[in-house]
Amino acid sequence: MTTWPILSVTTFLPLLGALLVYLLSRGNDAAAQRNARWIALWATLVTFAVSLILVWRFDPAQPDFQFVEKAPWLANSITYHMGVDGISLPLIILTTALMPFCIIASWKSVTLRVREYMMAFLLLETLMIGTFSALDLVLFYLFFEGGLIPMFLIIGVWGGPRRVYASFKFFLYTLLGSVLMLLAIMALYWNAGTTDIPTLMHTAVPRSLQTWAWLAFFASFAVKMPMWPVHTWLPDAHVEAPTAGSVILAAILLKMGGYGFLRFSLPMFPLASHDFAPLVFSLSVIAIVYTSLVALMQEDIKKLIAYSSVAHMGFVTMGIFAGTMQGVAGGMFQMISHGIVSGALFLCVGVVYDRLHTREIAAYGGLVNRMPLYALAFMVFTMANVGLPGTSGFVGEFMTLLGTFRISIATATFATLGVILSAAYALWLYRKVVFGALVKPSLATIKDLTWREGLTLGPLVVLTILFGVYPKPVLDMSAASVQQLVNNYSTAITAVKAAGLLQ
Amino acid sequence: MSFETAGYQLLPVLPELVLAVGAMVLLMLGAFRGPGTTGPVMVLAVCLLVVVGGLEVWLPGERLTTFGGSFVVDSFARFLKILALVGSAATLILSAEFLADASRRIFEYAILVLLSTLGMMVLISAADLIMLYLGLELMSLALYVVAASNRDNVKSTEAGLKYFVLGALSSGMLLYGASLIYGFTGTVSFAGIAAAAKDGGTGIVFGLVFLFAGLCFKVSAVPFHMWTPDVYEGAPTPVTAFFASAPKVAALAVFTRVALTAFPGIAPQWQQIVVFVAIASMVLGSFAAIGQKNIKRLMAYSSIGHMGFALVGLAAGTVEGTQGVLVYIAIYVAMTLGTFAVILAMKRSGQHVENISDFAGLSRTNPLLAFFLAMLLFSLAGIPPLAGFFAKFYVFAAAIKAGLFTLAVVGVLASVIGAFYYLNIIKVMYFDEPLPALDPMRAELRTVLAVAGLFNLLFFAYPGPLVSMAAAAAKSLF
Repeated sequence: MTTWPILSVTTFLPLLGALLVYLLSRGNDAAAQRNARWIALWATLVTFAVSLILVWRFDPAQPDFQFVEKAPWLANSITYHMGVDGISLPLIILTTALMPFCIIASWKSVTLRVREYMMAFLLLETLMIGTFSALDLVLFYLFFEGGLIPMFLIIGVWGGPRRVYASFKFFLYTLLGSVLMLLAIMALYWNAGTTDIPTLMHTAVPRSLQTWAWLAFFASFAVKMPMWPVHTWLPDAHVEAPTAGSVILAAILLKMGGYGFLRFSLPMFPLASHDFAPLVFSLSVIAIVYTSLVALMQEDIKKLIAYSSVAHMGFVTMGIFAGTMQGVAGGMFQMISHGIVSGALFLCVGVVYDRLHTREIAAYGGLVNRMPLYALAFMVFTMANVGLPGTSGFVGEFMTLLGTFRISIATATFATLGVILSAAYALWLYRKVVFGALVKPSLATIKDLTWREGLTLGPLVVLTILFGVYPKPVLDMSAASVQQLVNNYSTAITAVKAAGLLQ
Repeated sequence: MSFETAGYQLLPVLPELVLAVGAMVLLMLGAFRGPGTTGPVMVLAVCLLVVVGGLEVWLPGERLTTFGGSFVVDSFARFLKILALVGSAATLILSAEFLADASRRIFEYAILVLLSTLGMMVLISAADLIMLYLGLELMSLALYVVAASNRDNVKSTEAGLKYFVLGALSSGMLLYGASLIYGFTGTVSFAGIAAAAKDGGTGIVFGLVFLFAGLCFKVSAVPFHMWTPDVYEGAPTPVTAFFASAPKVAALAVFTRVALTAFPGIAPQWQQIVVFVAIASMVLGSFAAIGQKNIKRLMAYSSIGHMGFALVGLAAGTVEGTQGVLVYIAIYVAMTLGTFAVILAMKRSGQHVENISDFAGLSRTNPLLAFFLAMLLFSLAGIPPLAGFFAKFYVFAAAIKAGLFTLAVVGVLASVIGAFYYLNIIKVMYFDEPLPALDPMRAELRTVLAVAGLFNLLFFAYPGPLVSMAAAAAKSLF
């Protein structure tokens, strides 16, 4: 057993880093900025290292929560309860692993108020890790909603020209979804007398409450995910956010929606989840097909990737609500894979944006002639985005489709159409930006990846291909927990069906 | 120790007596020594409030009553009295600069605040209608004068007059309601009314409506809120801070006590009223604040909205709901005082500025000030992990438990709309181009801001004491 609260340490280390940045990098001169960057980088690296201890000590055969910590907090039944299982651990690692990349990606591109920028990111990291490791609904909500504050500031202060609009939209959209979830949390509290997540998972919730609570949770997670038709905040937020903000948004904040479905909707409201599965399927398919079509029409690189994110998240929701082993495991894998790939794609956009300060697709063309390394990295991520076999994108999409096929053939069929469309827009983007003749005078002197940019993209290329050919580490980590979730889900459904037959 | 006069125990009213006598002594001091004593009188007044707070804590813990049961000291009263005293003391501290100005050396200011606080304490402890009216008028009369304390300013005198006229009207309504209730139940004591009004009856409900109308005016709940924006804007800023904190505590306290101890038998009747008032206040507070350009006016609408949220807990009519109201008002006072400390610090080259556009770029010129204000505003919007979130959490949890789903849903939606205007100020501070830096902040403002701001930031780490005190206080009403 662990003797020190390793999970809390992982969660609050970045916050400590933020405090150090505040204390040690006074002033606004170059030295202070350099300090802020280095402290932030070290804080994220140490956090990552500590989170690796979690992986090392994690027992993947155990489906239940591990590294559990419990302390009194708000009331007897609302406690500070932390813990991870196979569903949350991969997401925590994703968070801690991507943060150093975000810091490095902002090394040169952020020169304004560096100190506050780094503090906002470190605070955000604490809140994200906390969201994934909280085992109490109120605590979860605290972390989940708290993330709005730093992200609002990141988009608003360091964002593009329409940053005010984008940050307000992001904040209010997400808040609107979440407050309804808060009411559902209270209803669950009065129903079970506790907000302890493991306890609630084993508490039967009356059918009518299940329906309403499911809808309320859905309101929050669907916005966060985001699902069609409440996805419109995402393209704006992505386009206006600074590169690292887009990376975090796409790679981690969106995953909170999927995580919420896996942690709350399926285990706590199995009957409502079953009842509403057709709704989720329809919305997912619309998201996959419609946003892919929208992506085809984009003129802004970031916007195109944002719409493709919505489409890819459609696969996740579809897989999760299929409720089959393949579907849920696939959805889980797709989240990790999308975290790496979309994060990397935004980093790629950041690379050219730092050089040309435009995200217009039309402003680019023929980059391969002067940036071969960049072209290579961008290609790997584009292919992973398309879902080409051999990249991590394929595994997730394939498994979710497989899992859904057994439940709803129509859904799987339409979703597969989306795969073709995603190939269309991704390849189109790649051709426009990278191939062709290098005729634009502004591109004539563009430089290939610097070593710092190579450092951020290199490991992600490796991971994308590694998980494409050998997805076992991620799948194994979550297998036991996913299996338990699926078993409980199908037991609950069959019990009700059997009771229905008896009557 | 026994304090007795004419057969009445005086121990329960000891803090009030000390406050009253202390206020008289300070009045004499000021009257005989002239305006030069403004500063010392203020300092002594703060000390007096601290002493009174200490006495309140020192009183025996059990439920004390006196004057034939019309004055009661229970944990509910104790909790709210301490809160009101904290609010009054903090506003006196915030007023230091206002009083230091050579043209405004009015020592009566501190004494009026003390007398108003005395009224609040009587109001909080009132257990019959006469004591209620006594406390209410003592509090209000002092407030009318304080609102107009900037005598040479047209807006200030207008604010005072407006407040007086509308306040008198509401007092009239309250008295009318009280007399109807007396007429139909034959008693003025809350316990007696509760016994007599078990089955309701048109006359009692009629009286109840008028009584509640008067109380709604004092908490500035819609539809009796019209005075709030004008008075908040017109009154000198420290006075506005006062209006927004301590009197709200007292008014909400008496509202809760009357509803729960005098009319528990006809709860469904008054719940309808409170639900309507809460919804109307939350919605109006959220929408009307959007268009405001003056920060004090905005805070007026914000306080209307917040009273709506606090009344959500009362609408539930349960122990949890009362606990919610208490937690809400305590956190609200802290947030309001912090925010007003910042507003008072908004001074450029000696001139106070109070437009929202004057906050532009504050995060770059005064980063710490901007950070604290931003956190207070996020907290007012109810974003976790700040204190304001917990305030909303408890009232809405109570509403959900009581089955008031519509109220809860409308409430949280209003809080999202309300978030917009708070965000707007943060946007001005963080996203806009900076204006010249502010004048250095005075030490006393910095202290109040630091205490309120840290409370607000760190409440989540150790919420236990406040929550359990509120729970104990709420239980003493049932």
